[in-house]
Amino acid sequence: MRRVIANTVREVWFFGAVALFVALSAFPFYWMLITSLKTNSDLYSVTNIPFWFHDSPTLAHYRYLFEKTLFVRWLLNSLIIGVCVVVITLVAAVPAGYSLARMTGRNGEALGIGIFLTYLVPPTLLFLPLSRIVADLGLQNSMWSLVLVYPTFTIPFCTWLLMGFFKAMPPEIEEAAIVDGCSVFGAFIKMTIPLSLPAILTVVIFTFTLTLQEFVYALTFISSSAEKPITLGIATDLIRGDIFFWGEIMAGALLAGIPVAIAYNLFLDRFISGITGGAVK
Amino acid sequence: MVAIAEPVAKPVSRFRFVLDRRDVLGAIFVAPAILYVLLLVGAPFLLAMYYAVSAYTIYDPSWRFVGMANFEQIVRNPVFLQTLGNTFLFTFGSQLLGLILGKFGAFLLMRPFPGRRLVRALIILPWAVPVALATVAWEWMFDSLYSVINWTMIAVGIITRSQAPNWLGNPHLAMLCVIVVNAWRFFPFAIVVFLAGITSVPQDVIDAATVDGAGFWRRNYQIILPMIFPIVAVGLIFGIVFTFTDLSIVFLLTNGGPVNATSVLGFEGFQVGILSGDVSHGAAISLFMLPVLLFVVIGRLRFIRGREI
Repeated sequence: MRRVIANTVREVWFFGAVALFVALSAFPFYWMLITSLKTNSDLYSVTNIPFWFHDSPTLAHYRYLFEKTLFVRWLLNSLIIGVCVVVITLVAAVPAGYSLARMTGRNGEALGIGIFLTYLVPPTLLFLPLSRIVADLGLQNSMWSLVLVYPTFTIPFCTWLLMGFFKAMPPEIEEAAIVDGCSVFGAFIKMTIPLSLPAILTVVIFTFTLTLQEFVYALTFISSSAEKPITLGIATDLIRGDIFFWGEIMAGALLAGIPVAIAYNLFLDRFISGITGGAVK
Repeated sequence: MVAIAEPVAKPVSRFRFVLDRRDVLGAIFVAPAILYVLLLVGAPFLLAMYYAVSAYTIYDPSWRFVGMANFEQIVRNPVFLQTLGNTFLFTFGSQLLGLILGKFGAFLLMRPFPGRRLVRALIILPWAVPVALATVAWEWMFDSLYSVINWTMIAVGIITRSQAPNWLGNPHLAMLCVIVVNAWRFFPFAIVVFLAGITSVPQDVIDAATVDGAGFWRRNYQIILPMIFPIVAVGLIFGIVFTFTDLSIVFLLTNGGPVNATSVLGFEGFQVGILSGDVSHGAAISLFMLPVLLFVVIGRLRFIRGREI
C-alpha cells in the first residue's frame, strides 16, 4: 500500500513537471491565438480575465491583416526569397557535399570543416560590409539583396549536412554504374542524386525555414514595407507611431510561425545530427 | 534473328575527359560553394576589419587609415563598456538558465509515456518558431499596462495594481526579460542536444554502473554527463555564438533601453554602424565579438579532432 502511494506521488510529480514545461513552452503561442481572436475592447481591458474571451471571438484582426496590410505581399516575398535561396543552395551545396565526401585523404574533411566554420561567422559582424556590397550592386532596399546574402549561411550548413550523408552512402553504387559505362559525372546524376532525395528534401526544408527565421540581414537591408519578408513585416510594420496593432501582430505571427514550427519539428533529428557533426549515431 | 545485345557505338562526348576525371570534377563540384563563401563571407570579413581601422562613414566614405584610433575611442566610452558587460551577462545568464531547463526537460522526456511525441513537439516550439515572431509575443506579455504576467500576479494577490512592475521600463527587469526570453528560446535546443547525447550512451554501460553500486546521482554525474559532454559542448558552442552575436531579441524587446541597460554588442554595432552611419566605429564594435568567436572555433576544432581518436 505504501508503495502504491509512493508510486502515485511520483507519477503526479512527473506529469506535473511535464505539464509545467509544456505550459512554459506553449503559453506564448496560446497567448498569440487568444489575442488574435479577441475584440479590441476585450483586449485592452485590465479588469477582464485575460485567459479567456469576454466578448465573443472575432476574426476582425485576421480580416484587417489580409485586407488592409501588406501581409499577403510579405508572405509572397518570403516565398520568393525562400524558393530562390533553396535553388542557389542546392546548386552549390549538393555537388560540394558530394565532392568533399568522396575526396581522398584528409583534404575533404579539412575543407568541409573550413566551410562549416563560416556558418559561425555572425551576421552582426558582416552586415556593415555586406550592406556596402548590396548597395554597390544596386540592391539596397530590395528583397533580392536577401536572395544574394542568405546563401552565405545556408550553403555552409547544407554542404556540411550533405557531406555527412554522402559519406554514409557506399561508393560501390557509383562504381557499378561506371563499370556499366557511365561517366563519373553520369554516375553522380543518375545514381547518387536519386538515391539521396531524402537528404536533399531535408536540405530544402531547412534552407527554407532558415530564410524565414532570419531577421538581422532583413532588418539591415530593407526599409520599405513592400519589400519586407514576413517576419520583418510583422515585427516592425504593424506599428503606427506608438500604437501597436497587437491583434494583427499576433494573428500574423501565428500564421507565419506555426507552419515553420511544424516543418522544423518533422526534420529536427536530422538537424541535430548535422550540428553535432555525426557524433550521434 | 534479332541481336539481343548489339553493341552500339555510343557517340563519345567531347567533354568526356572532364566528366571522367575524378580530380577535375571534384574541384569543379566544390568551386561554386567555396567561391560563394569566399566572395560573400571572406571578402566582407576582411572589409569589416579594414573598416575598423579606417575613418569610413557613410557621409565621408574615405578609406583613410587611422590605426587603432577607433578602438581607443570606443573603449573609453562608458556606454560601450556597459554594452560589453551586458553582452556577457546576457550570453552566460541565458545559456546557464537554458542549460538547466534543458537538462531537466531532457530528464523528463527520456522516459516513455503516452503522448510523448506531442509533448516534445510542443516543447520544441520556442526554438522552432522564428525568433522575431516569438519575441513580439513576449513584448505583448510584458506590456506596461496589459501584461498578462502582471494581471496574474495581481489576481493571485502577490502584488497590487500600483506595485505592478514595468517589465521593459526598469533597467534591471529589462535585462532579466531579455535573458529569460533568450533562455526560453534556447532551452528546447538544449533538451534535444541532451537527449541526443543520452540516447548515445550504451545501456550496458549504465547497467554495469548500476550493478557496481552506482546510485542515481553518481550514474548521472560521473557516468552519463562525462560521456555526453562532447555533444553538449557542441550545443553550448552554438548557443554561445548565436547569443553573443544576436541583436533581434534586444532590438525588438527593449531597443537597447532603458538608457542602454540592455544594449549588447550586435545591437550597438547596428546602432552606430547602420543607423548612425558611422561605419568604422560600428565595425570596430562588432569586431569585439571576434575573440569570443575564435575561442569557440578553437573549441569546435578540438572537438572534431578528439572525436577521431
